[in-house]
Order: sequence, then structure tokens, then C-alpha cells
Amino acid sequence: MLFTLIFYFFSLLAIGSGLMVVFSRNPVHAVLWLILAFLSAAGLFVIQGAEFIAMLLIIVYVGAVAVLFLFVVMMLDVDFATLKAGMARYIPLGLLIGVVFLLILGIELSDWNSSGIAPDLRQAIQPADIQNTEALGNVIYTEYVFLFQIAGLILLVAMIGAIVLTHRKREGVKKQDVVSQMYRDSTKSVSLEDVPSGKGLS
Amino acid sequence: MIGLEHYLVVAAALFVTGVFGIFLNRKNVIIILMSIELILLAVNINLVSFSVYLQDLVGQVFAMFVLTVAAAEAAIGLAILVCFFRNRKSISVDDVSLLKG
Repeated sequence: MLFTLIFYFFSLLAIGSGLMVVFSRNPVHAVLWLILAFLSAAGLFVIQGAEFIAMLLIIVYVGAVAVLFLFVVMMLDVDFATLKAGMARYIPLGLLIGVVFLLILGIELSDWNSSGIAPDLRQAIQPADIQNTEALGNVIYTEYVFLFQIAGLILLVAMIGAIVLTHRKREGVKKQDVVSQMYRDSTKSVSLEDVPSGKGLS
Repeated sequence: MIGLEHYLVVAAALFVTGVFGIFLNRKNVIIILMSIELILLAVNINLVSFSVYLQDLVGQVFAMFVLTVAAAEAAIGLAILVCFFRNRKSISVDDVSLLKG
């Protein structure tokens, strides 16, 4: 009973905040609703027993992606009012496509059954006696280690790509020139001056 | 215990919300990127639900990879957006027609 209540709470929160992401006028509010949607999805994962994915969702999405969105929304000086101007025109088309999608998914959900051979095709059966995180770790670092490495490579490429795309050279910025520092010697930088008494240097 | 169908309905609703958002805010690239994140979240809910239903961990491993790719996609997409804004002083999709000639 308690789990049912928690499920309905989180799922309604997820769907409602998803709708608010789409409909909110202020993009900063949209990002905050997106964070709420991810948090409630993480709650759904926890009551399903997939704790590791739930924590990953919170760390990756709320901690990194949503903050990235917030940063970009606040950094770019965009006039969002003009972007919202033609919104009412697209509502009928969007509603049509949304209803068609919902009908297709409803037909699919109303009549489906699990295949009889599905339990035999399982690749990594969750053991009953160990926790979700430990079971996932046992699988990721043994059977799926190459995929795991490729995921890391994808993140590396994304990082390098983002840096290359947004990095720009600006004029008038003082920088260290290592080569000219290395080729500097004492004959060019130190000079002996014969200073007459009481006169000083010019 | 809550059945698999309940989670699938939530995932379907989130997916349709994301698709609807792309059509509704078709000028604003930032909201389109957020809608794509919503769609990927719905996909993740589906994967984890079936993984729990079948007691098979592969679904959760795959959800993790989807999460990785979604993070990379958000980073690159926002970087392209920042680049585009610097050049055109706008993030409207209608302005992205430079290659049309």
C-alpha cells in the first residue's frame, strides 16, 4: 500500500514536471522543473530496486547536465519572449502527434505478453542474495568491460569536442611564452652601468 | 507490488511529453534539448522496468550507457549552441539556414 502511494506520488510528479518543462515561459524555470522530473524518476527507480541507476541519475543529471543547462541559459543573453511568440500556432500539430503517439503506445500496452523463452534468454540474472550495486559492478567490470571503456571514450571525446567548440582566442590577453623565456640569457637581460656619483641614471 | 504496466504508462507519458515539447517549442533550441533529455529519461524508465521485471541486469547496464550518451550529447549540444549564439546573436532554429545558399 505504501509503495503504491509512493509510486503514484513520484509518477504524477514526473509527468507533471515534464509537462511544466515544456510549457513554462521562463527557461530557468524549465531547467528547475527538469531537475524535479529527474529526481522523481530517480525515486521511481529506487522503489523498483534499481538503486545504483537512481543515484547515477541524480549525480549525472541533477549534478552535471542540469547545471550545464542552467549555466548556458543564464550565460546567453537570449530574448526568450520572441522565441515564444509563435508557440500557439504549433499547439494543434503537436497535440495531433502527441495523441497519435499515445494511441500507438496504448494499443501496444493494452495487448502484450511476455515471450515464453524470455527467461531463458537472460544474459545476467540478478542474484537474490547481493545488492543491486554489487551485482551491477560484478557484471560491468567483467562481461561489459569493453563497452564500459567505450563509454569512457565517448565522454572523453565529448569533453574535447566541447572545449574545442567553445574555446576562443581573444586579443589583448597576456600569456606566457615559454620558448622566448628559455632562449633568454644573461647578456640580453643584465647590463652593467657606470653610474657617476651624485648624478644617477637619466 | 506495482506491475510493469504502470511504469510503462509513466514512461509513455514522459516520452509523449518530450515529443510534444519538440513540436511546441520548435524555435527554442534549449527547450528542444531539454525535451530530448525527457525522451531519453522515458527510455531509461522502460529499460529499468523491463530489467526489474525479467530480473536481468543487462537492462540496467544499457540504461547506464544511455545515460552516458545523453550526458555527452547535452554537453556537445550546448557547446554548439554557445558557438552559434556567438556568431548569430540568436538561438532561433529559423536562423540555422546558412548552408541553404
